[in-house]
Amino acid sequence: MATAFQKIYTKISQITKATVALKAKGVGYDELATINGKLAQVVKIVGDDVTLQVFEGTGGIPTNAEVVFLGKAPSLKVSDQLSGRFFNAYGQPIDGGPEIEGKEVEIGGPSVNPVRRRQPSELIATGIAGIDLNNTLVSGQKIPFFADPDQPFNEVMALVALRAKADKIILGGMGMTNDDYYFFKNTFSNAGALDRIIAFMNTTEDPAVERLLVPDMALTAAEYFAVEKNEKVLVLLTDMTSYADSLSIVSNRMDQIPSKDSMPGSLYSDLAKIYEKAVQFPESVGGGSITIIAVTTLSGGDITHAVPDNTGYITEGQLFLRRDSDIGKVIVDPFRSLSRLKQLVAGKKTRKDHSQVMNAAIRLYSDAANAKTKLENGFDLTDYDNRCLDFAKEYANRLLAIDVNLDTEEMLDVTWSLFIKYFKLEEVNIKKEFTDIYWK
Amino acid sequence: MTKGTVSGVIANMVTLSVDGPVSQGEICYIETGGDRLMSEVIKVVGTDVYVQVFESTRGLKVGATAEFTGHMLEVQLGPGMLSKNYDGLQNDLDKMEGVFLKRGQYTEPLDAERLWDFQPLVKEGDTVSGSAWLGEVEENSQKLKIMAPFQLVGTAKVKSIVKAGQYKIHDTIAVLEKADGSEIKVDMVQHWPVKFAMTNYKEKPRPFKLLETGVRTIDTFNPIVEGGTGFIPGPFGTGKTVLQHAISKQAEADIVIIAACGERANEVVEIFTEFPELIDPHTGRKLMERTIIIANTSNMPVAAREASVYTAMTMAEYYRSMGLRVLLMADSTSRWAQALREMSNRMEELPGPDAFPMDLGALISNFYGRAGYVYLNNGEVGSITFIGTVSPAGGNLKEPVTENTKKVARCFYGLEQERADKKRYPAVNPIDSYSKYLEYPEFEEYISKKINDQWIPKVLALKTRMQRGKEIAEQINILGDDGVPVDYHVVFWKSEIIDFVVLQQDAFDEVDAVTSIERQEAILNLVTQICDTDFQFDDFLSVVDFFKKLINLCKQLNYSEYKSEQYDSFYNQIQDMLKQ
Repeated sequence: MATAFQKIYTKISQITKATVALKAKGVGYDELATINGKLAQVVKIVGDDVTLQVFEGTGGIPTNAEVVFLGKAPSLKVSDQLSGRFFNAYGQPIDGGPEIEGKEVEIGGPSVNPVRRRQPSELIATGIAGIDLNNTLVSGQKIPFFADPDQPFNEVMALVALRAKADKIILGGMGMTNDDYYFFKNTFSNAGALDRIIAFMNTTEDPAVERLLVPDMALTAAEYFAVEKNEKVLVLLTDMTSYADSLSIVSNRMDQIPSKDSMPGSLYSDLAKIYEKAVQFPESVGGGSITIIAVTTLSGGDITHAVPDNTGYITEGQLFLRRDSDIGKVIVDPFRSLSRLKQLVAGKKTRKDHSQVMNAAIRLYSDAANAKTKLENGFDLTDYDNRCLDFAKEYANRLLAIDVNLDTEEMLDVTWSLFIKYFKLEEVNIKKEFTDIYWK
Repeated sequence: MTKGTVSGVIANMVTLSVDGPVSQGEICYIETGGDRLMSEVIKVVGTDVYVQVFESTRGLKVGATAEFTGHMLEVQLGPGMLSKNYDGLQNDLDKMEGVFLKRGQYTEPLDAERLWDFQPLVKEGDTVSGSAWLGEVEENSQKLKIMAPFQLVGTAKVKSIVKAGQYKIHDTIAVLEKADGSEIKVDMVQHWPVKFAMTNYKEKPRPFKLLETGVRTIDTFNPIVEGGTGFIPGPFGTGKTVLQHAISKQAEADIVIIAACGERANEVVEIFTEFPELIDPHTGRKLMERTIIIANTSNMPVAAREASVYTAMTMAEYYRSMGLRVLLMADSTSRWAQALREMSNRMEELPGPDAFPMDLGALISNFYGRAGYVYLNNGEVGSITFIGTVSPAGGNLKEPVTENTKKVARCFYGLEQERADKKRYPAVNPIDSYSKYLEYPEFEEYISKKINDQWIPKVLALKTRMQRGKEIAEQINILGDDGVPVDYHVVFWKSEIIDFVVLQQDAFDEVDAVTSIERQEAILNLVTQICDTDFQFDDFLSVVDFFKKLINLCKQLNYSEYKSEQYDSFYNQIQDMLKQ
């Protein structure tokens, strides 16, 4: 890659597991370099001493390795040719296809001026009632699945992506198993959606630090299609916990003082920079949008861990999957799941009774949980308790389960029918205006 | 001016070697690739100066030059700030070009060309001191004062003052003559370093005036006062932002400043979108007219996040000096603390608890200390009410930001996951939350006059009932429904009435979202009446049935327009139920 104008350094003064240091002049912060062909990035400059982070690790780098500075930050060539292609974390094709030609854009670029955004207001229908009814998604939103590693989050995410009617689906895979990589590839290909897909892949076989580039690569591509082509882009990032793990590896090797759960103190800002790329542009800027659906795997359902905790503060809600032993299916947990943007569409783009019906059903479902506790503690159940339990079972089966595929109107009608079947009018606490119409 | 050369870069911390004097907190601009990056001095070691850069340092090289400005981070204060959207460094976001924020792009916070109708308030020969009101202009129908320089020490004589008429902000509107004969030309703009508190008032008494927010769990249960301080900690998803927005929409204040500090951009967009449409319930004017937004969203540079809360507070102090009632909301102070932590970490300072800097507590208490109700030097009053949110890691309130805030804020509105899970919104925990102002004799005296002297005793009685209700709920959980006397169920359900009717409120319902203090009194009286009624039941099932019906009626009452036909009908139905 070296050209006649580039100076080659050959005297490395320090090598750690992830970084090398050398004396060099005229080096810019964040700049890329190659060390015997391995990509590295400038992370620290003190006078002439430059520290480089080597993405694939420093194994095999000799002290006399050839270091060439490339004079640019990590970048991606963007153009329509990206469609339907699979890349590695550096944006190089891994599908055997040709190199991309296009405008070279530095990744991790500046953020959108908040006054140039538009309030998200377009509903994304997924057919899954646990999402559409209770936690409606809106284009321009950023929302993760919080799930234990054994839960079918990738399957649900692929389903949502295919039903979401996006112009482009950009998949950023971080620490993804090879099997999951093929799952996505096959699912999208079987659905005939391959031409709408762009994937940036870091699998478990690739070096961990490389995956730090994946979200920025995916989002740079997303910004190209949303801003230049005015498209609706859906970005899938899985798994952000692996991304955060890599952050902690790097900060640890740079001797930074860790904060909670050995994560770097800047974890919040690091994650926010990624998630905040989700945006809805106004018509005046073309009306494109970037919606981010991510996965944050939990360890034993613990959401107080630094990664899910910081994520929860950044994203516009979260979707929890849980196996409901009463019905033997995976459901979208109505208690811990939340879509913060749902009120922008619920009752506005959907039927007016949406919010009240949703809240009433969840409240009754919560009463059922209390009844269950009573039952487990060996107490007698009241008639109301029993009705709640029966309601909960049917509600979970017909609405919360992830195998549901209904439109919102049907979801509301089913919920009303359950209310009428199991409860008295005064037990549901819904505005008279709606009970007058739907309590039949 | 002093110049410097870049000698090192680690993320947004840059070291410069300088050729002259610099002061702590001084602002400098670093040149790189045609961009000028604003930076602030945070540490000096000999001729090595450490600065935090308010922008991305990508591509910055050793040898780049920097120019110092001789002043600290300051804001421009003058007419024309209302309804503006600023970033944390007071750049006008609407004036910026392009969809993306461009590095090194700084815009003027005020409009130099706009004409203002000026009315003088002093005449030639008058003696004035710093911050004295020299004249006024009108902006969005608020009278804004044009003041003598805040920095003026001692007194000065008004040598000349312009006549009423139209002037621009940089026109000289008065000339003041100091005792030593030197003259000061005064225009409409003041500069003030954001990290210093303005102390241009005579006295800061204990605040006592109820600040109506229309949120019942606040106004009725744990009131905040004009010039008071409060904080809202809560895990994510418990409704911090919804509550904050409700307060900023409904509170009875002249000026509302919202500092979106390290939070979601879409939340700021919600304000941009909704406030220009919404009506201030107290004046009937558009909400945006009294609002200023300081947006440093979470993806904007971290160092500017720290500055943003100070920028907002300094603006609030400016309006308070004019005798206005300012409400300042900061969402979230935890993000500000995290910005401090990131910097402290890069400077390799020894960390305090949870890797936060050791002086975190002092910084928080100094900041909250800048709020308050004041008597100005001319006898008028002004106030800054400050409400901050805290985002405790893992929802655990035993963390440094929450603990340090608890020491200084007088109102605590603890949001609770369990309540949020049950959709009992606002999810403010009714038992742990408090307002110290309820204990102030000054407040008691004020509220006795404003409402009546039964208000506070009634509120305290309901609080006791909530506590009792919770204890009984625990007993029922242990002993079972049949294991406790029927009376216990009645006490428990009375606490549920308080919860459902007074505390829970639908922020998205047109009627229920905001409750006037008059209506809150009606609700308080009704609920007190219910709680004081003796009921006789045969078994607990009839207790449950009765109260569920009653709660349903009370909720329908809350959803009805106050004193409408529908309202009266539900009210009468409730009274009928109570007579049975």
